[in-house]
Amino acid sequence: MFIIVSVVILIAIALGLVRAFRGPTLYDRVLAANMIGTLTVLMVAVLGFMTGRPEFLDIALVYVLISFVSTIAVLRVVASRSSTTTDSGGR
Amino acid sequence: MDLVLDILSWILLLAGAIFLLIGAIGVLRFPDFYTRLHAVSICDTLGAGLVLLGLILQGGLSLVTVKLLLMFYFMIFTGPTAVHALAEAALQGKLKPVIDDRES
Amino acid sequence: MEYLIDIVLLGLLMITGFAIVRMKSLLAVAMLTSIYSLLSASLFVVLDAVDVALTEAAIGAGISTILILATVALTSDEEKAPRHTPLLPLIVVIATGAALIYGTLDMPHYGDPTAPVHRYAAQSYLHDTPADIGVSNVVTSVLASYRGYDTLGEVTVIFTAGIGVLALLGYRTRRRNIQGPGIRKLVVLRVIAKLFFPLILLFALYVLFHGDYGPGGGFQAGVIFATGFILYALAFGLGNAQRVIPHQLLRSMMAVGVLIYAAVGIESMLLGGKFLEYRVLADDPVTGQHLGIMIIELGVGITVAAVMLIIYYGFVSRRD
Repeated sequence: MFIIVSVVILIAIALGLVRAFRGPTLYDRVLAANMIGTLTVLMVAVLGFMTGRPEFLDIALVYVLISFVSTIAVLRVVASRSSTTTDSGGR
Repeated sequence: MDLVLDILSWILLLAGAIFLLIGAIGVLRFPDFYTRLHAVSICDTLGAGLVLLGLILQGGLSLVTVKLLLMFYFMIFTGPTAVHALAEAALQGKLKPVIDDRES
Repeated sequence: MEYLIDIVLLGLLMITGFAIVRMKSLLAVAMLTSIYSLLSASLFVVLDAVDVALTEAAIGAGISTILILATVALTSDEEKAPRHTPLLPLIVVIATGAALIYGTLDMPHYGDPTAPVHRYAAQSYLHDTPADIGVSNVVTSVLASYRGYDTLGEVTVIFTAGIGVLALLGYRTRRRNIQGPGIRKLVVLRVIAKLFFPLILLFALYVLFHGDYGPGGGFQAGVIFATGFILYALAFGLGNAQRVIPHQLLRSMMAVGVLIYAAVGIESMLLGGKFLEYRVLADDPVTGQHLGIMIIELGVGITVAAVMLIIYYGFVSRRD
Protein backbone atom coordinates (compact mmCIF):
# COMPACT_ATOMS: atom_id res chain seq x y z
CA MET A 1 0.00 0.00 0.00
CA PHE A 2 2.98 2.29 -0.15
CA ILE A 3 2.01 2.52 -3.80
CA ILE A 4 -1.18 4.38 -2.97
CA VAL A 5 0.74 6.94 -0.96
CA SER A 6 3.32 7.44 -3.70
CA VAL A 7 0.62 7.79 -6.34
CA VAL A 8 -1.15 10.42 -4.25
CA ILE A 9 2.11 12.28 -3.78
CA LEU A 10 2.73 12.14 -7.53
CA ILE A 11 -0.70 13.66 -8.15
CA ALA A 12 0.13 16.42 -5.70
CA ILE A 13 3.42 17.06 -7.53
CA ALA A 14 1.55 17.32 -10.82
CA LEU A 15 -0.85 19.85 -9.33
CA GLY A 16 2.06 21.85 -7.99
CA LEU A 17 3.63 21.83 -11.44
CA VAL A 18 0.46 23.34 -12.89
CA ARG A 19 0.76 26.16 -10.41
CA ALA A 20 4.45 26.54 -11.29
CA PHE A 21 3.58 26.99 -14.96
CA ARG A 22 0.57 29.19 -14.45
CA GLY A 23 1.37 31.28 -11.37
CA PRO A 24 1.22 34.85 -12.50
CA THR A 25 3.90 36.18 -10.21
CA LEU A 26 7.39 34.87 -9.51
CA TYR A 27 6.46 34.20 -5.89
CA ASP A 28 3.84 31.68 -6.94
CA ARG A 29 6.51 29.77 -8.77
CA VAL A 30 8.89 29.85 -5.83
CA LEU A 31 6.06 28.55 -3.67
CA ALA A 32 5.37 25.76 -6.11
CA ALA A 33 9.06 24.83 -6.25
CA ASN A 34 9.26 24.69 -2.47
CA MET A 35 6.15 22.54 -2.28
CA ILE A 36 7.43 20.16 -4.95
CA GLY A 37 10.69 19.92 -3.04
CA THR A 38 8.91 18.80 0.13
CA LEU A 39 6.77 16.36 -1.82
CA THR A 40 9.81 14.88 -3.53
CA VAL A 41 11.47 14.33 -0.17
CA LEU A 42 8.46 12.43 1.07
CA MET A 43 8.17 10.43 -2.11
CA VAL A 44 11.81 9.41 -1.93
CA ALA A 45 11.36 8.30 1.67
CA VAL A 46 8.25 6.28 0.80
CA LEU A 47 9.99 4.78 -2.24
CA GLY A 48 12.86 3.78 0.00
CA PHE A 49 10.53 1.85 2.23
CA MET A 50 8.70 0.39 -0.73
CA THR A 51 11.82 -1.09 -2.29
CA GLY A 52 13.34 -2.03 1.04
CA ARG A 53 16.40 0.20 0.68
CA PRO A 54 16.89 2.44 3.68
CA GLU A 55 19.82 4.22 2.03
CA PHE A 56 17.32 6.46 0.29
CA LEU A 57 16.81 8.30 3.54
CA ASP A 58 20.22 9.90 3.12
CA ILE A 59 19.03 11.36 -0.15
CA ALA A 60 15.84 12.62 1.47
CA LEU A 61 17.83 14.30 4.25
CA VAL A 62 20.05 16.04 1.70
CA TYR A 63 17.01 17.24 -0.24
CA VAL A 64 15.41 18.79 2.81
CA LEU A 65 18.45 20.90 3.52
CA ILE A 66 19.21 21.74 -0.09
CA SER A 67 15.69 22.78 -1.04
CA PHE A 68 15.55 25.01 2.03
CA VAL A 69 18.78 26.78 1.14
CA SER A 70 17.72 27.07 -2.48
CA THR A 71 14.40 28.71 -1.56
CA ILE A 72 16.13 31.16 0.72
CA ALA A 73 18.63 31.99 -2.03
CA VAL A 74 15.88 32.79 -4.51
CA LEU A 75 14.16 35.02 -2.04
CA ARG A 76 17.27 36.92 -1.10
CA VAL A 77 18.12 37.54 -4.73
CA VAL A 78 14.62 38.75 -5.48
CA ALA A 79 14.39 40.81 -2.29
CA SER A 80 17.70 42.54 -2.85
CA ARG A 81 16.77 43.41 -6.41
CA SER A 82 13.41 44.83 -5.46
CA SER A 83 14.98 46.78 -2.63
CA THR A 84 17.53 48.43 -4.92
CA THR A 85 14.93 49.33 -7.53
CA THR A 86 12.46 50.84 -5.08
CA ASP A 87 15.22 52.39 -2.95
CA SER A 88 13.87 51.10 0.30
CA GLY A 89 16.88 49.03 1.42
CA GLY A 90 17.73 50.77 4.64
CA ARG A 91 20.56 49.97 6.92
CA MET B 1 0.87 -5.94 18.53
CA ASP B 2 2.49 -5.98 15.14
CA LEU B 3 -0.85 -5.79 13.41
CA VAL B 4 -1.91 -2.84 15.52
CA LEU B 5 1.30 -0.97 14.68
CA ASP B 6 0.85 -1.79 11.01
CA ILE B 7 -2.72 -0.54 10.89
CA LEU B 8 -1.78 2.59 12.82
CA SER B 9 1.05 3.37 10.44
CA TRP B 10 -1.20 2.85 7.41
CA ILE B 11 -3.74 5.24 8.86
CA LEU B 12 -1.07 7.84 9.51
CA LEU B 13 0.40 7.44 6.03
CA LEU B 14 -2.95 7.74 4.32
CA ALA B 15 -3.97 10.71 6.42
CA GLY B 16 -0.69 12.43 5.61
CA ALA B 17 -1.08 11.75 1.91
CA ILE B 18 -4.63 13.12 1.94
CA PHE B 19 -3.47 16.30 3.65
CA LEU B 20 -0.73 16.74 1.06
CA LEU B 21 -3.27 16.32 -1.70
CA ILE B 22 -5.60 18.85 -0.06
CA GLY B 23 -2.71 21.30 0.16
CA ALA B 24 -1.89 20.83 -3.51
CA ILE B 25 -5.52 21.36 -4.53
CA GLY B 26 -5.55 24.47 -2.39
CA VAL B 27 -2.48 25.82 -4.12
CA LEU B 28 -4.20 25.34 -7.42
CA ARG B 29 -7.56 26.83 -6.58
CA PHE B 30 -7.03 29.67 -4.14
CA PRO B 31 -7.40 33.11 -5.67
CA ASP B 32 -4.42 34.96 -4.32
CA PHE B 33 -0.78 34.38 -3.53
CA TYR B 34 -1.09 34.85 0.22
CA THR B 35 -3.98 32.42 0.51
CA ARG B 36 -2.00 29.88 -1.47
CA LEU B 37 0.84 30.42 0.98
CA HIS B 38 -1.49 29.45 3.80
CA ALA B 39 -2.52 26.27 2.01
CA VAL B 40 1.02 25.13 1.37
CA SER B 41 2.54 25.98 4.69
CA ILE B 42 -0.10 24.36 6.86
CA CYS B 43 -1.10 21.34 4.83
CA ASP B 44 2.39 20.53 3.62
CA THR B 45 4.02 20.55 7.05
CA LEU B 46 1.18 18.62 8.63
CA GLY B 47 1.07 16.06 5.84
CA ALA B 48 4.83 15.63 5.96
CA GLY B 49 4.74 15.14 9.72
CA LEU B 50 2.04 12.50 9.50
CA VAL B 51 3.76 10.61 6.68
CA LEU B 52 7.04 10.62 8.57
CA LEU B 53 5.37 9.43 11.75
CA GLY B 54 3.76 6.61 9.81
CA LEU B 55 7.14 5.60 8.39
CA ILE B 56 8.68 5.72 11.85
CA LEU B 57 6.11 3.22 13.06
CA GLN B 58 7.02 1.01 10.12
CA GLY B 59 10.70 1.28 10.80
CA GLY B 60 10.82 0.18 14.39
CA LEU B 61 13.78 0.90 16.65
CA SER B 62 16.77 1.26 14.37
CA LEU B 63 19.00 3.75 12.60
CA VAL B 64 16.22 4.28 10.10
CA THR B 65 14.02 5.74 12.81
CA VAL B 66 16.78 8.10 13.91
CA LYS B 67 17.14 9.40 10.38
CA LEU B 68 13.39 9.82 10.04
CA LEU B 69 13.27 11.74 13.30
CA LEU B 70 16.06 13.95 12.02
CA MET B 71 14.09 14.57 8.85
CA PHE B 72 11.01 15.39 10.89
CA TYR B 73 12.97 17.87 12.96
CA PHE B 74 14.43 19.52 9.86
CA MET B 75 11.08 19.80 8.14
CA ILE B 76 9.36 21.32 11.13
CA PHE B 77 11.95 24.06 11.21
CA THR B 78 12.62 24.71 7.57
CA GLY B 79 9.06 24.53 6.27
CA PRO B 80 7.62 27.49 8.15
CA THR B 81 10.86 29.46 7.83
CA ALA B 82 10.87 29.19 4.06
CA VAL B 83 7.24 30.25 3.93
CA HIS B 84 7.93 33.17 6.25
CA ALA B 85 10.83 34.30 4.06
CA LEU B 86 8.58 33.98 1.02
CA ALA B 87 5.90 36.16 2.60
CA GLU B 88 8.49 38.76 3.61
CA ALA B 89 9.92 38.86 0.11
CA ALA B 90 6.47 39.20 -1.43
CA LEU B 91 5.57 42.03 0.92
CA GLN B 92 8.79 43.78 0.09
CA GLY B 93 8.15 43.27 -3.60
CA LYS B 94 4.94 45.21 -3.05
CA LEU B 95 2.65 42.33 -3.87
CA LYS B 96 -0.73 43.36 -2.53
CA PRO B 97 -3.18 40.81 -1.13
CA VAL B 98 -6.60 40.71 -2.68
CA ILE B 99 -9.04 42.29 -0.26
CA ASP B 100 -12.74 41.69 -0.60
CA ASP B 101 -14.24 45.17 -0.91
CA ARG B 102 -17.77 44.09 -0.24
CA GLU B 103 -17.15 43.58 3.46
CA SER B 104 -15.28 46.82 4.16
CA MET C 1 3.65 -1.03 -10.87
CA GLU C 2 6.92 0.83 -10.82
CA TYR C 3 6.52 1.42 -14.54
CA LEU C 4 3.65 3.72 -13.69
CA ILE C 5 5.83 5.89 -11.49
CA ASP C 6 8.55 5.86 -14.17
CA ILE C 7 6.16 6.97 -16.88
CA VAL C 8 4.57 9.65 -14.77
CA LEU C 9 7.94 11.07 -13.73
CA LEU C 10 9.21 11.07 -17.31
CA GLY C 11 6.02 12.76 -18.46
CA LEU C 12 6.39 15.45 -15.81
CA LEU C 13 10.02 15.92 -16.87
CA MET C 14 9.00 16.41 -20.47
CA ILE C 15 6.31 18.92 -19.56
CA THR C 16 8.75 20.86 -17.39
CA GLY C 17 11.26 20.86 -20.23
CA PHE C 18 8.70 22.34 -22.60
CA ALA C 19 7.74 24.97 -20.05
CA ILE C 20 11.38 25.95 -19.56
CA VAL C 21 11.75 26.51 -23.27
CA ARG C 22 8.57 28.51 -23.62
CA MET C 23 8.87 30.87 -20.68
CA LYS C 24 10.33 34.29 -21.07
CA SER C 25 11.03 35.33 -17.50
CA LEU C 26 14.45 34.02 -16.57
CA LEU C 27 13.81 33.89 -12.85
CA ALA C 28 10.87 31.59 -13.49
CA VAL C 29 13.10 29.47 -15.70
CA ALA C 30 15.60 29.21 -12.85
CA MET C 31 12.90 27.88 -10.53
CA LEU C 32 11.70 25.45 -13.17
CA THR C 33 15.27 24.21 -13.63
CA SER C 34 15.40 23.43 -9.94
CA ILE C 35 12.14 21.51 -10.22
CA TYR C 36 13.56 19.64 -13.21
CA SER C 37 16.57 18.59 -11.17
CA LEU C 38 14.35 17.37 -8.35
CA LEU C 39 12.26 15.32 -10.74
CA SER C 40 15.27 13.74 -12.39
CA ALA C 41 16.73 12.92 -8.99
CA SER C 42 13.46 11.12 -8.16
CA LEU C 43 13.81 9.25 -11.43
CA PHE C 44 17.29 8.14 -10.44
CA VAL C 45 15.93 6.93 -7.14
CA VAL C 46 13.31 4.85 -8.94
CA LEU C 47 16.06 3.46 -11.18
CA ASP C 48 17.95 2.39 -8.02
CA ALA C 49 20.96 4.61 -8.73
CA VAL C 50 21.42 5.97 -5.25
CA ASP C 51 24.76 7.75 -5.59
CA VAL C 52 23.72 9.53 -8.75
CA ALA C 53 20.47 10.64 -7.13
CA LEU C 54 22.36 12.07 -4.18
CA THR C 55 24.71 13.99 -6.44
CA GLU C 56 21.86 15.26 -8.60
CA ALA C 57 19.97 16.41 -5.53
CA ALA C 58 22.91 18.21 -4.00
CA ILE C 59 24.15 19.86 -7.16
CA GLY C 60 21.15 20.30 -9.43
CA ALA C 61 18.58 21.45 -6.92
CA GLY C 62 21.01 23.40 -4.77
CA ILE C 63 24.20 24.90 -6.11
CA SER C 64 23.17 25.03 -9.75
CA THR C 65 19.95 26.90 -9.01
CA ILE C 66 21.72 29.34 -6.74
CA LEU C 67 24.37 30.10 -9.35
CA ILE C 68 21.82 30.50 -12.14
CA LEU C 69 19.92 32.92 -9.92
CA ALA C 70 23.08 34.85 -9.13
CA THR C 71 23.78 35.12 -12.87
CA VAL C 72 20.25 36.28 -13.65
CA ALA C 73 20.54 38.85 -10.89
CA LEU C 74 23.68 40.19 -12.54
CA THR C 75 22.24 40.30 -16.03
CA SER C 76 18.78 40.98 -17.36
CA ASP C 77 15.51 39.46 -16.29
CA GLU C 78 13.79 38.74 -19.56
CA GLU C 79 14.83 36.63 -22.45
CA LYS C 80 15.54 38.68 -25.54
CA ALA C 81 13.55 37.90 -28.67
CA PRO C 82 15.49 35.72 -31.13
CA ARG C 83 16.80 37.54 -34.12
CA HIS C 84 16.37 34.78 -36.69
CA THR C 85 13.70 32.26 -37.46
CA PRO C 86 14.35 28.94 -35.80
CA LEU C 87 13.39 26.86 -38.81
CA LEU C 88 16.85 25.65 -39.85
CA PRO C 89 17.97 24.76 -36.30
CA LEU C 90 14.69 22.93 -35.81
CA ILE C 91 15.31 20.81 -38.90
CA VAL C 92 18.87 20.00 -37.79
CA VAL C 93 17.70 19.03 -34.30
CA ILE C 94 14.90 16.83 -35.58
CA ALA C 95 17.22 15.08 -38.03
CA THR C 96 19.87 14.44 -35.36
CA GLY C 97 17.27 13.28 -32.85
CA ALA C 98 15.72 10.89 -35.34
CA ALA C 99 19.13 9.45 -36.17
CA LEU C 100 19.92 8.95 -32.48
CA ILE C 101 16.60 7.26 -31.78
CA TYR C 102 17.15 5.01 -34.78
CA GLY C 103 20.54 4.16 -33.31
CA THR C 104 19.04 3.08 -29.99
CA LEU C 105 16.90 0.46 -31.68
CA ASP C 106 19.99 -1.67 -32.01
CA MET C 107 21.08 -1.40 -28.41
CA PRO C 108 20.54 -4.28 -25.95
CA HIS C 109 17.51 -4.17 -23.71
CA TYR C 110 17.63 -2.23 -20.49
CA GLY C 111 19.09 -4.41 -17.75
CA ASP C 112 19.94 -7.29 -20.06
CA PRO C 113 22.50 -9.44 -18.23
CA THR C 114 24.17 -10.60 -21.44
CA ALA C 115 24.88 -7.09 -22.68
CA PRO C 116 28.59 -6.38 -23.12
CA VAL C 117 28.60 -3.60 -20.55
CA HIS C 118 27.52 -6.03 -17.85
CA ARG C 119 29.97 -8.76 -18.67
CA TYR C 120 33.59 -7.79 -18.71
CA ALA C 121 34.91 -5.16 -16.34
CA ALA C 122 31.71 -4.79 -14.33
CA GLN C 123 31.68 -8.46 -13.39
CA SER C 124 35.25 -8.34 -12.15
CA TYR C 125 34.60 -5.21 -10.09
CA LEU C 126 31.53 -6.73 -8.47
CA HIS C 127 33.32 -9.96 -7.85
CA ASP C 128 36.60 -8.63 -6.51
CA THR C 129 35.44 -5.73 -4.39
CA PRO C 130 34.64 -7.65 -1.18
CA ALA C 131 37.96 -9.44 -1.23
CA ASP C 132 40.22 -6.64 -2.44
CA ILE C 133 38.73 -3.57 -0.86
CA GLY C 134 36.07 -4.62 1.59
CA VAL C 135 33.62 -1.72 1.25
CA SER C 136 29.97 -2.34 0.61
CA ASN C 137 29.41 0.54 -1.79
CA VAL C 138 30.76 -0.71 -5.10
CA VAL C 139 30.37 2.71 -6.68
CA THR C 140 32.87 4.12 -4.21
CA SER C 141 35.26 1.24 -4.74
CA VAL C 142 35.18 1.70 -8.49
CA LEU C 143 35.40 5.47 -8.31
CA ALA C 144 38.08 5.76 -5.68
CA SER C 145 40.16 2.66 -6.11
CA TYR C 146 39.80 0.81 -9.37
CA ARG C 147 39.41 4.01 -11.36
CA GLY C 148 41.23 6.30 -8.98
CA TYR C 149 43.28 7.89 -11.72
CA ASP C 150 40.14 9.06 -13.53
CA THR C 151 38.88 10.60 -10.33
CA LEU C 152 42.17 12.47 -9.95
CA GLY C 153 41.50 13.90 -13.39
CA GLU C 154 38.00 14.90 -12.34
CA VAL C 155 39.24 16.73 -9.28
CA THR C 156 41.78 18.54 -11.42
CA VAL C 157 39.01 19.57 -13.78
CA ILE C 158 37.05 21.04 -10.89
CA PHE C 159 40.16 22.82 -9.71
CA THR C 160 40.67 24.24 -13.21
CA ALA C 161 37.07 25.45 -13.24
CA GLY C 162 37.73 27.27 -9.99
CA ILE C 163 40.80 28.91 -11.47
CA GLY C 164 38.79 29.87 -14.55
CA VAL C 165 36.13 31.58 -12.47
CA LEU C 166 38.77 33.35 -10.44
CA ALA C 167 40.44 34.58 -13.61
CA LEU C 168 37.21 35.79 -15.18
CA LEU C 169 35.30 37.18 -12.24
CA GLY C 170 37.89 37.81 -9.62
CA TYR C 171 36.75 39.06 -6.31
CA ARG C 172 36.16 42.63 -5.34
CA THR C 173 37.65 43.12 -1.93
CA ARG C 174 35.44 45.92 -0.76
CA ARG C 175 35.18 46.54 2.92
CA ARG C 176 31.53 47.54 2.69
CA ASN C 177 29.21 45.19 4.48
CA ILE C 178 26.63 43.99 1.98
CA GLN C 179 23.52 43.75 4.10
CA GLY C 180 20.42 44.19 1.97
CA PRO C 181 17.03 44.74 3.62
CA GLY C 182 16.76 45.90 7.18
CA ILE C 183 18.06 43.69 9.95
CA ARG C 184 14.73 43.45 11.70
CA LYS C 185 13.27 41.50 8.83
CA LEU C 186 15.91 38.83 8.87
CA VAL C 187 15.60 37.75 12.49
CA VAL C 188 13.80 34.48 11.81
CA LEU C 189 16.16 33.56 9.03
CA ARG C 190 19.22 34.34 11.13
CA VAL C 191 18.09 32.23 14.04
CA ILE C 192 17.32 29.30 11.81
CA ALA C 193 20.57 29.73 9.88
CA LYS C 194 22.56 29.64 13.09
CA LEU C 195 20.66 26.55 14.15
CA PHE C 196 21.15 24.68 10.90
CA PHE C 197 24.64 25.73 9.91
CA PRO C 198 26.49 23.27 12.20
CA LEU C 199 24.00 20.54 11.35
CA ILE C 200 24.63 20.93 7.64
CA LEU C 201 28.39 20.84 8.10
CA LEU C 202 28.09 17.76 10.30
CA PHE C 203 25.90 16.10 7.74
CA ALA C 204 28.46 16.86 5.05
CA LEU C 205 31.13 15.12 7.11
CA TYR C 206 28.79 12.16 7.61
CA VAL C 207 28.18 11.87 3.86
CA LEU C 208 31.92 12.11 3.26
CA PHE C 209 33.04 9.36 5.57
CA HIS C 210 30.00 7.16 5.22
CA GLY C 211 30.48 7.01 1.49
CA ASP C 212 32.04 3.60 1.82
CA TYR C 213 28.87 2.01 3.14
CA GLY C 214 26.05 4.11 1.78
CA PRO C 215 25.53 6.69 -0.89
CA GLY C 216 27.95 9.54 -0.62
CA GLY C 217 31.57 10.34 -1.21
CA GLY C 218 33.73 13.34 -1.75
CA PHE C 219 31.78 15.23 -4.40
CA GLN C 220 28.44 15.22 -2.66
CA ALA C 221 30.01 16.05 0.68
CA GLY C 222 31.86 19.02 -0.76
CA VAL C 223 28.70 20.42 -2.27
CA ILE C 224 26.73 20.03 0.96
CA PHE C 225 29.55 21.66 2.90
CA ALA C 226 29.52 24.63 0.54
CA THR C 227 25.74 24.87 0.81
CA GLY C 228 26.03 25.31 4.56
CA PHE C 229 28.31 28.30 4.11
CA ILE C 230 26.05 29.70 1.42
CA LEU C 231 23.17 29.56 3.89
CA TYR C 232 25.27 31.51 6.35
CA ALA C 233 26.18 34.06 3.69
CA LEU C 234 22.54 34.46 2.70
CA ALA C 235 21.42 35.14 6.26
CA PHE C 236 24.26 37.30 7.51
CA GLY C 237 25.61 38.99 4.42
CA LEU C 238 28.73 38.38 2.41
CA GLY C 239 30.91 40.50 4.68
CA ASN C 240 30.26 38.32 7.72
CA ALA C 241 30.70 35.18 5.68
CA GLN C 242 34.05 36.54 4.60
CA ARG C 243 35.08 36.75 8.23
CA VAL C 244 34.09 33.17 8.82
CA ILE C 245 35.87 31.74 5.81
CA PRO C 246 38.14 34.22 4.05
CA HIS C 247 38.79 34.20 0.35
CA GLN C 248 42.47 33.53 0.81
CA LEU C 249 41.71 30.41 2.79
CA LEU C 250 39.43 29.18 0.03
CA ARG C 251 42.11 29.62 -2.56
CA SER C 252 44.53 27.56 -0.50
CA MET C 253 41.89 24.92 0.19
CA MET C 254 41.24 24.57 -3.50
CA ALA C 255 44.82 23.60 -4.17
CA VAL C 256 45.33 21.58 -0.99
CA GLY C 257 42.62 19.11 -1.95
CA VAL C 258 44.23 18.23 -5.24
CA LEU C 259 47.62 18.08 -3.54
CA ILE C 260 46.34 15.60 -0.97
CA TYR C 261 45.03 13.35 -3.70
CA ALA C 262 48.26 13.43 -5.69
CA ALA C 263 50.30 13.06 -2.51
CA VAL C 264 48.60 9.76 -1.77
CA GLY C 265 49.66 8.57 -5.19
CA ILE C 266 53.25 9.67 -4.74
CA GLU C 267 53.35 8.21 -1.23
CA SER C 268 52.31 4.84 -2.56
CA MET C 269 55.09 5.11 -5.14
CA LEU C 270 57.59 5.92 -2.42
CA LEU C 271 56.45 2.87 -0.47
CA GLY C 272 57.23 0.61 -3.37
CA GLY C 273 53.97 0.31 -5.27
CA LYS C 274 52.68 2.05 -8.37
CA PHE C 275 51.00 5.46 -8.53
CA LEU C 276 47.75 5.38 -6.51
CA GLU C 277 48.19 1.77 -5.51
CA TYR C 278 46.65 1.91 -2.06
CA ARG C 279 47.59 -1.61 -1.09
CA VAL C 280 51.04 -0.62 0.05
CA LEU C 281 49.91 2.16 2.38
CA ALA C 282 49.49 -0.14 5.35
CA ASP C 283 50.56 -3.60 6.43
CA ASP C 284 47.28 -5.20 5.51
CA PRO C 285 46.20 -4.58 1.89
CA VAL C 286 42.54 -4.10 2.76
CA THR C 287 43.39 -1.57 5.46
CA GLY C 288 45.62 0.16 2.96
CA GLN C 289 42.71 0.42 0.56
CA HIS C 290 40.45 1.85 3.25
CA LEU C 291 43.07 4.39 4.23
CA GLY C 292 43.71 5.40 0.66
CA ILE C 293 40.02 5.81 -0.15
CA MET C 294 39.38 7.85 2.97
CA ILE C 295 42.22 10.26 2.31
CA ILE C 296 41.43 10.86 -1.32
CA GLU C 297 37.75 11.37 -0.58
CA LEU C 298 38.80 14.00 1.93
CA GLY C 299 40.92 15.69 -0.73
CA VAL C 300 38.06 15.62 -3.21
CA GLY C 301 35.64 17.06 -0.66
CA ILE C 302 37.98 19.91 0.25
CA THR C 303 38.54 20.94 -3.36
CA VAL C 304 34.88 20.73 -4.34
CA ALA C 305 33.72 22.76 -1.34
CA ALA C 306 36.35 25.42 -1.91
CA VAL C 307 35.59 25.75 -5.62
CA MET C 308 31.85 26.02 -5.06
CA LEU C 309 32.35 28.73 -2.50
CA ILE C 310 34.80 30.61 -4.69
CA ILE C 311 32.31 30.60 -7.54
CA TYR C 312 29.59 31.81 -5.21
CA TYR C 313 31.77 34.58 -3.77
CA GLY C 314 32.81 35.59 -7.26
CA PHE C 315 29.22 35.96 -8.45
CA VAL C 316 27.77 37.62 -5.40
CA SER C 317 30.57 40.10 -4.83
CA ARG C 318 29.99 41.56 -8.28
CA ARG C 319 26.48 42.64 -7.54
CA ASP C 320 26.00 46.40 -7.07
